[in-house]
Amino acid sequence: MRRSIEGRGRGLNRRSVAKGLGAGIVAGVAPFRIARAQGAGLKVGVLLPRSGVQAGIGQDCQRGVEIAAGILKDIGLPDLTIMNGDTESNVETARSRAERLIGEGAQLLIGAFDSGQTTAIAQVAEQKGIPLVINIAAAPPITEQGYKFVFRNFPTAGMIVGDAFANQKAIFEATGKAPQSVVFLHVNDTFGVSMQKGIDTVLPKFNMPYKILETIAYDPAARDLSVEVSKARATGAEALLTVSRLNDAILLTRELVKQRWSPLAILSMGPGWYEDQYFKTLGKLSDDPLSFVPWYDPNKKLSKQLEDALAKSHPGINLNTNHIYTFEALLIAADAYKRAASSDPKALADAIRATDITENVSIGPGIKFDAKGQNDKLKNAAIQNRGGKLVTVAPLAAANAKVVWPLTAYDKRA
Amino acid sequence: MSARWLDDVPSRGLLLLLLLLAALILIPAFANDYLITVLILILYFAYVGQAWNLMMGLAGQLSLGHALYIGLGAYAAAALYVHFGISPWIGLWASLVIAAAAGGVIGFLAFRFGVAGVYFAILTIAFAEFARLAFDHWPWVGGSAGFFLPVANYARNDLLNLRGSPTMFYYLLLAMTAGAFLLCHVLLRSRAGYYWLAIRESPDAAQALGINLFRYRMYVVVLSAAMTSLGGVVFAFYYNNLFPEQVFHISRSIELILAPIIGGIGTLFGPILGAFLLTALAEGVGEVMRAIGLDVPGVKQIFYGFCLLVVVMFLPDGVWPPLAKALRLDGKPSQDRSGC
Amino acid sequence: MPASIFLNVAVSGLLTGLVYGLMALGLSVIFGVVRVVNFAHGEMMTIAMYIAVALFSAYRLDPLMMLVPIAAVLFALGYIMQAGLINPFINRPEHSQFMLLVAVAMIIVNALLLIFGPDARSVQTSYAYDSFQLGAVIVDATKVYAALAAGAVATGLFAFFRYSLTGKAIRACADNYQGALVVGLDVRRLYALTFGLGAACVGAAGSMLVILLDVTPALGPSYTLLAFVIVITGGLGSMPGALLGGMLIGVTEALAGLLFTPSAKSMFAFGMLVLVLLFRPQGILGKSPS
Repeated sequence: MRRSIEGRGRGLNRRSVAKGLGAGIVAGVAPFRIARAQGAGLKVGVLLPRSGVQAGIGQDCQRGVEIAAGILKDIGLPDLTIMNGDTESNVETARSRAERLIGEGAQLLIGAFDSGQTTAIAQVAEQKGIPLVINIAAAPPITEQGYKFVFRNFPTAGMIVGDAFANQKAIFEATGKAPQSVVFLHVNDTFGVSMQKGIDTVLPKFNMPYKILETIAYDPAARDLSVEVSKARATGAEALLTVSRLNDAILLTRELVKQRWSPLAILSMGPGWYEDQYFKTLGKLSDDPLSFVPWYDPNKKLSKQLEDALAKSHPGINLNTNHIYTFEALLIAADAYKRAASSDPKALADAIRATDITENVSIGPGIKFDAKGQNDKLKNAAIQNRGGKLVTVAPLAAANAKVVWPLTAYDKRA
Repeated sequence: MSARWLDDVPSRGLLLLLLLLAALILIPAFANDYLITVLILILYFAYVGQAWNLMMGLAGQLSLGHALYIGLGAYAAAALYVHFGISPWIGLWASLVIAAAAGGVIGFLAFRFGVAGVYFAILTIAFAEFARLAFDHWPWVGGSAGFFLPVANYARNDLLNLRGSPTMFYYLLLAMTAGAFLLCHVLLRSRAGYYWLAIRESPDAAQALGINLFRYRMYVVVLSAAMTSLGGVVFAFYYNNLFPEQVFHISRSIELILAPIIGGIGTLFGPILGAFLLTALAEGVGEVMRAIGLDVPGVKQIFYGFCLLVVVMFLPDGVWPPLAKALRLDGKPSQDRSGC
Repeated sequence: MPASIFLNVAVSGLLTGLVYGLMALGLSVIFGVVRVVNFAHGEMMTIAMYIAVALFSAYRLDPLMMLVPIAAVLFALGYIMQAGLINPFINRPEHSQFMLLVAVAMIIVNALLLIFGPDARSVQTSYAYDSFQLGAVIVDATKVYAALAAGAVATGLFAFFRYSLTGKAIRACADNYQGALVVGLDVRRLYALTFGLGAACVGAAGSMLVILLDVTPALGPSYTLLAFVIVITGGLGSMPGALLGGMLIGVTEALAGLLFTPSAKSMFAFGMLVLVLLFRPQGILGKSPS
């Protein structure tokens, strides 16, 4: 169910519930049906967690789908007929929905944000010979299976970690200050643990100026992180390194305020700290955390188009990873369809394998896949929260602002 | 001897059962892959539901942590396959042993210490949760990042390593479900079966007759656990990834007991009927929702909950007993009481 | 690690535990008297939390102030549930009761999901970020207020059961069902009243908990489980036991999180549960089985 942003947190009244239900009914009648009437557009099955625990993210990715149509048309790419699939945040449902969409004629699949669900879908896709373009999923094994029909335009956990360290070093150089010690707090779920493993592997190669004093893993379902923050503070570390989700990010920030601890910096290598809900909930307390994440290059032309389109359809929402990578997945699909000039899945897969798009949105030289189907040229950015908006502070080539360092103390904020 | 266990089965029932089996065997020839996936889910729930039904229907113990055995079975076979290349047909023995041991521990604790009723249920939940947290922190099987089985090619069906098309898994699960059904039927007719019935109906009387309560209850708990673990093995090789959060979660335990409860606890056909009904209901409601365009998340689950409520309130013994009666399959009175 | 950290964490755990204890108290009352396995306990609390959220976002009403009205609403809900739905199930086998309440819980969770969506909702009161500093110990203000409220409600409940006529009647039902019938007590009405009271407890606990945590529809099931763990550990049928169990679990989990890895801290609660079930099944403060 799509809910308007105004409804959230602003008040629960009949209007917002009715609006929500109405939007839900409208969502069932997807706007892309029009494309079908216009002739054979490529049938693309989009699998996202639209219900269940990851529903919020799935709905966010859907916004990327919605703004894609207009832009793809503008740059001269063919139409796509979108078939919506709900994985219900559940691995088995993901698999059966994928089967179902293929049964209903999907010629290409896109999805699915969650690594577990994406793995299940990848198996189905490979088995049926239907190309899968992964929009978001960081677990390395997915592209290590030798699949011929699975493509990922998203960095793996290892890539995210490596770039994070590189960007951190760039920031330390720019400000002339670096923390000597950090404490690493991470959520104990698929993503958090992948990142932690990635750090263990990659950190020695980078020669960072800080030591990780302690690694503290917390339960993803935890509603109270006071113990974790106490423990982190007790290590005496200067800065906080973290991999969290939206809810944890909010909880952690609140605890930092309550326990009167303002670290030198908050270095986040995952979602949460830059999301709209974080800003809305915390107001002034949301400024200054740095997030090292797959992001868009604000200096690329297509990025500006995307920003404008989002501002028009969903004012008040910042362009983020979910929108960008979902959009790029559709971009890849449309581009391959154009080059293959056919909707035969094998031809599409071959076309995708030969993708070479330089006019894109994400940071890096463009979209190109290696032998395993992975785009290994993607670069991540360092973004910082500023007054409810996000600015890019690293890498320098994609930056549009200077970093604020150190973190403004929480008790000094009005 | 073999004719003995066909004794009090009404021939009408036998005929219908054989027809059903024939239909299930032939379906893949006509069905598309999506339908086969759905049927696999149905058979899976029928199988594990039947295994759970053994503990509930025969030992009268409500286990709300049965996902523990599925998880143990899944991880055991998967770990052996991934780390040592051992075929699942050999690995499953490890699964059986480990799950049986777990069941044994729980049974021992429960029966020796007199933990019964809702306390037993909570105990089983605690063990499942404990396992979930333990596996979450165990790197050798991937921890919370998940355990991935390598998926090679699907061009051929490799039964030895359980790699292959959904159709292969379909037949495997069909064989397992049919096997479980037959096993339960034979068990009920055996001496142990009558002892179990006696223990369920009146433990004191049974004990007075010299039946060792502890031993027979342990048998059924261990058997139930072992049977369930095989479902876990298939689960691991079908989905090829295991996450403790999902495999051991309490919602899984609850999910797998829905079918036998709706179908009819203690009945042989109940779990199978329940699995069909629930999945058909879930898919049906989903279809209707999509058709109206009201594909709103949560509505399907609410309908589901209401249907469950209705069944629990008005059909307390499950759907199968009244259905069996309507189909005139209940035969002799003695059959009724043994609950088949 | 400096001692002050342990103290901080222990105090924090104790205070939160008191609120959990109040929630468990509701379950103890229900289970102890009506003998129904209320598997929708946490879900009922979630309803209360969402009511508090709605009131706060619409009218800026502090949940602690709204404690009584919210508890009253939950009382009505509990009364109706018992009288209307659950009564016929009292003599049915446990798995039937359980499935009934699982169905109810499923409906509640998904109805909340439908109405409020999956995102976490929180109540940010004006004192949300306040903390008291006593020496080296920093105590979160919201936890203190919530714990005080929980203590007040629990005391009120004890007094009710001890001194009021209805309270005594309810205790009579729990102790001796047949005897109560013989004496002429309207057991059905008393059961409904008890369920209502248990629900009111959980409603009050919800109003307090909502200023400590964010609420999502998925919160219900984990708190149902927690309530059972606390009640069994503390002792069924013992009201102080529920509170003690809550505080014990609160402190244990907090300290376990500090000493070991926080993501595994629930294992201690379960471990304790298993030990209690085996060696002292009546719980810490429960009455020995006769």
